[in-house]
Amino acid sequence: MAEKKEKIPRQKMPEQPPEVRRRNFIEVPLGYEENEAVEEAKRCLQCKNPSCKEGCPVGIDIPGFINLITQKEFTKAIRHVWETNSLPAVCGRVCPQESQCEGKCILGKKGDPVAIGNLERFVADRERTQGKGELPPIAPPTGKRVAVVGSGPSGLTVAGDLIRKGHGVTVFEAFHKPGGVLVYGIPEFRLPKEIVFSEVNFLERLGAKLQCNAVVGKSITLDELFEEEGFDAVYLGVGAGLPRFLNIPGENLIGIYSANEYLTRANLMKAYLFPEYDTPIVLGKDVAVFGAGNVAMDSARTAMRLGANRVRIVYRRSRDEMPARAAEIHHAEEEGIEFYLLTAPTRFIGDNKGRVIAVECIQMKLGEPDESGRRRPVPVEDSKFRLDCDLAVIAVGAGANPMLTKSTPDLKLNKWGYIIADPETGKTSKKGVWAGGDIVTGSATVILAMGAGRMASESIHKYLTLGW
Amino acid sequence: MFEILKREEMANGTVVLNEISAPRIARKAKPGQFVILKATETGERIPLTMADTDPKKGTITIIYAVVGKSTALFKSLQVGEKFLDVIGPLGQPTHLEKLGTVVCVGGGTGIAVLHPITRGLKEAGNNVIAVIGARTKDLLILEDKMKAASHELHVCTDDGSYGHHGFVTDVLKNVLEKKDVKMVVGIGPVPMMKFVSKLTHDYGVKTLVSLNAIMVDGTGMCGCCRVTVGGQTRFACVDGPEFDGHKVDFDELAQRLDAYKDLEKQSYERYMQECRCKAG
Repeated sequence: MAEKKEKIPRQKMPEQPPEVRRRNFIEVPLGYEENEAVEEAKRCLQCKNPSCKEGCPVGIDIPGFINLITQKEFTKAIRHVWETNSLPAVCGRVCPQESQCEGKCILGKKGDPVAIGNLERFVADRERTQGKGELPPIAPPTGKRVAVVGSGPSGLTVAGDLIRKGHGVTVFEAFHKPGGVLVYGIPEFRLPKEIVFSEVNFLERLGAKLQCNAVVGKSITLDELFEEEGFDAVYLGVGAGLPRFLNIPGENLIGIYSANEYLTRANLMKAYLFPEYDTPIVLGKDVAVFGAGNVAMDSARTAMRLGANRVRIVYRRSRDEMPARAAEIHHAEEEGIEFYLLTAPTRFIGDNKGRVIAVECIQMKLGEPDESGRRRPVPVEDSKFRLDCDLAVIAVGAGANPMLTKSTPDLKLNKWGYIIADPETGKTSKKGVWAGGDIVTGSATVILAMGAGRMASESIHKYLTLGW
Repeated sequence: MFEILKREEMANGTVVLNEISAPRIARKAKPGQFVILKATETGERIPLTMADTDPKKGTITIIYAVVGKSTALFKSLQVGEKFLDVIGPLGQPTHLEKLGTVVCVGGGTGIAVLHPITRGLKEAGNNVIAVIGARTKDLLILEDKMKAASHELHVCTDDGSYGHHGFVTDVLKNVLEKKDVKMVVGIGPVPMMKFVSKLTHDYGVKTLVSLNAIMVDGTGMCGCCRVTVGGQTRFACVDGPEFDGHKVDFDELAQRLDAYKDLEKQSYERYMQECRCKAG
């Protein structure tokens, strides 16, 4: 039986061809058909001690839901996933499965791992498009109320967990639409916003309340959430949200964006639909994106879709050090994005109207490792050169936005401004307040934020039922 | 929420006042702070400093000049209609303290932003001299309110159709010569703030300006509103909107404000065309 399974090849995910998709904002992977999903599910060896489950930050019972797919019990399969994951349509699309569940799959040792991400996506999409809209069971009301600050993946996970345990949940979101990085950061062609809103709507149908346009720290303070609004506990999932710049000359020229701004205009404000949508965005022909994480890939692929002639990723380290998800780098290359590796910018050059026209760069070579363990890049003498550039996107990471922490002095922060939270419970130094996701760890991934949310919700539930 | 309770047109219809229902914001807002507004699903998010707030009534007031699609769209909203999204209060409030004699200088719609600060400085016990200006008499706004908010009011018009014939800097210079001014607040078009700051620099008088940088989120997460102050990068939305006028790189701000000039023109013309089609 096992040999037969190993003979089934990994079902290829149907995708829009690169020449077509590089100029549209439609999702790149198109999703499995039912027969493809069932065939792929049959490949799973149903290991007794599944390593895949260990690789999942929220501990989904992967063989369990996959088994239900082989039986075509798709509703049961999604219910099974919901036990541990409130946002499966999102995770199936954005998790770096190659370093998590699929990275641990036994089949991956000799061949291709089971396409766990594609299967998770399949059951989530199926439920959304064909499901009856049944809701999972909810515990009787406890009378306790929790404020979740931030409607990104971390906050939404906490909301989903606690509402099902019978607590009252209100999610406060600073933007006018919920989803956090799922909506402003990740582009439409990787994660359609309609899906995010559908996942949020699911939580609202479970009973969670959502308040957009509420900036905790400005519209209302953390203490007021307790004292005036009467919440019993607060979870802070506000994200990293402070753009990092290169701090090189010319960075304030027109046409130079932080990735946060570029992506927020494109994704949240739908500038790719200008002038139907009012928010403008610079349409560059010679684009340079600095950085090589997922955000840099997203920025580069967005610029390509907005009509660029040339889009270059400029990264000071080498290919092996690139932090982006393998699939994103692969998709970017297919779409014609060029990679200028071991290259660092030294200054931006503008015209007499203050618009960027070029970027001066220098070649780098890898020296000794730095504190992160990666080899430190050092400049190569006399290797400066210029790249034509009318649009530059700086995607070199984000730090802790101090908006909320500044107005809450008794919340202990580390030296970089991130909130200090217990690694097992998410508890902060302030009683009744938990934190998780990027505001604790620095910019990481959607699934890690969800894992932190999961951990915190368990601790919050204990507190609400047993005490601090 | 965000319903328009009162609507007024000023300056020959080029400037509009909206009093908006926003109880939570009204309760917390302080002079100098702003809100971000979005009128419709496809609309832009734009910042406008609050011209007034009424915590009892639960309302905030914005006053804006119609300069493009978004402000034209706002103008088209009638009493009873709503803004889709209003976020605030954002930015640092003006630091209001008793200093002595202070001068509040306003140009164009900057006077709307200047008014609550002027009033706040008067309430803090300062001797407040106000200097307001516009291109011509019809474009001058809030004269009565500024009179009430100050101890002494001077009015200028570029064309001499009302008050002093000249710029606000002419009048300001006179005041600086005659009085022991402790602080100047200057709010208006970028060139006005630049020249007010240049002038006060010569007299060694502390000067605050309120910067109208382009914004998207207003909470410090995108860097769109970055300005150079004293050689350092600051975000107008979280570090400002007020800054030391002597340290601001006004030329860079003026350049950055032009970032979308062509697209804005395109958008505005398209909108006006649509309105003409609807009307005709």
